[in-house]
Amino acid sequence: MHIAEGFLPPVHAAAWTVVAAPFVVHGARAVVKVVREQPNARILLGAAGAFTFVMSAIKLPSVTGSSSHPTGTGLGAILFRPPVMALLGTIVLLFQALLLAHGGLTTLGANAIAMAVVGPWAGYGVYRLLAAAPLSVKVFCAMAVANLATYVTTSTQLALAFPEGGFLEAWGRFLGVFAVTQIPLAIVEGIIGVLVVNALLSWARPELRDLGVVGDPTTARTGEEAARA
Amino acid sequence: MRETRPLSKGVVWALLALAALVVAIALVLGARAAAGEEEPFGGTDAAVTEQIEEDGHEPWFEPIIAPAGGEIESGLFALQAGLGGIVLGYAFGVLRERRLRGDGDVDGAGDMDRDG
Repeated sequence: MHIAEGFLPPVHAAAWTVVAAPFVVHGARAVVKVVREQPNARILLGAAGAFTFVMSAIKLPSVTGSSSHPTGTGLGAILFRPPVMALLGTIVLLFQALLLAHGGLTTLGANAIAMAVVGPWAGYGVYRLLAAAPLSVKVFCAMAVANLATYVTTSTQLALAFPEGGFLEAWGRFLGVFAVTQIPLAIVEGIIGVLVVNALLSWARPELRDLGVVGDPTTARTGEEAARA
Repeated sequence: MRETRPLSKGVVWALLALAALVVAIALVLGARAAAGEEEPFGGTDAAVTEQIEEDGHEPWFEPIIAPAGGEIESGLFALQAGLGGIVLGYAFGVLRERRLRGDGDVDGAGDMDRDG
């Protein structure tokens, strides 16, 4: 989903940077707040950041004959709410822009909106909408949607910048490259997310309880049931 | 609280198999779709960049540091995955170790020191 360095027209690049900046600043505050107020959850915060770092480095083959990568932003959005991912996702994008020439500084704002803002919020939205569903279903859908929404956003940004043949036609063309390729990857990412959260149910139940991912402290049973399962 | 119980081992293995199956199907269908192409399974990012350039748009800014060649680039991607994997593995290791010691409800910081 990276828009390569220098490809967005300067006005678009500047506009997306302006749009992204408050989200990233707010995200930085959210990270500081988690670190300060929930010291026990720091290890999970690191894990959520590392998860995005790993996932966005792995390019997977897809049905269209091209390759793309997962985003990994859904996990942090579920555990810590989306603002945290606005910072963590942007850090990953910055690393890739500076060291890998993947994405870019001029396109950082647009890429951050797609991967670190829209993806996490879309995933989190689905997670909340499915409130009554089993946790695994919620996690799968949230992770897959966060992944797909990122690529739909990138396609939209490109269609806005390069509306050859009209916005809709351009949008369809970019979606044809990005979204179709992304579908199997979104499914795989959803499954991986379920497995990670499943592991955390056994290993980090107190933190998940503090973060409100599993039932409230008065009704939830203690970690013993996790040990037996 | 039925849904917050961890999945059974069978379901976990089934999910792993399903993920592998999806990748395998994507690989087979993708290989068919990419048949005859110069570089099968090229990145979508690059594909879109090519399209935009074909439409006559030129980039107006260059990356400050560009990896000198594809080998170095893939090495840096591996480094990114490796660094993330180390942090992720460490975090899960700490949590799992704490769980196995059966003191899941105490502050994790102490365990980290012990495991140092």
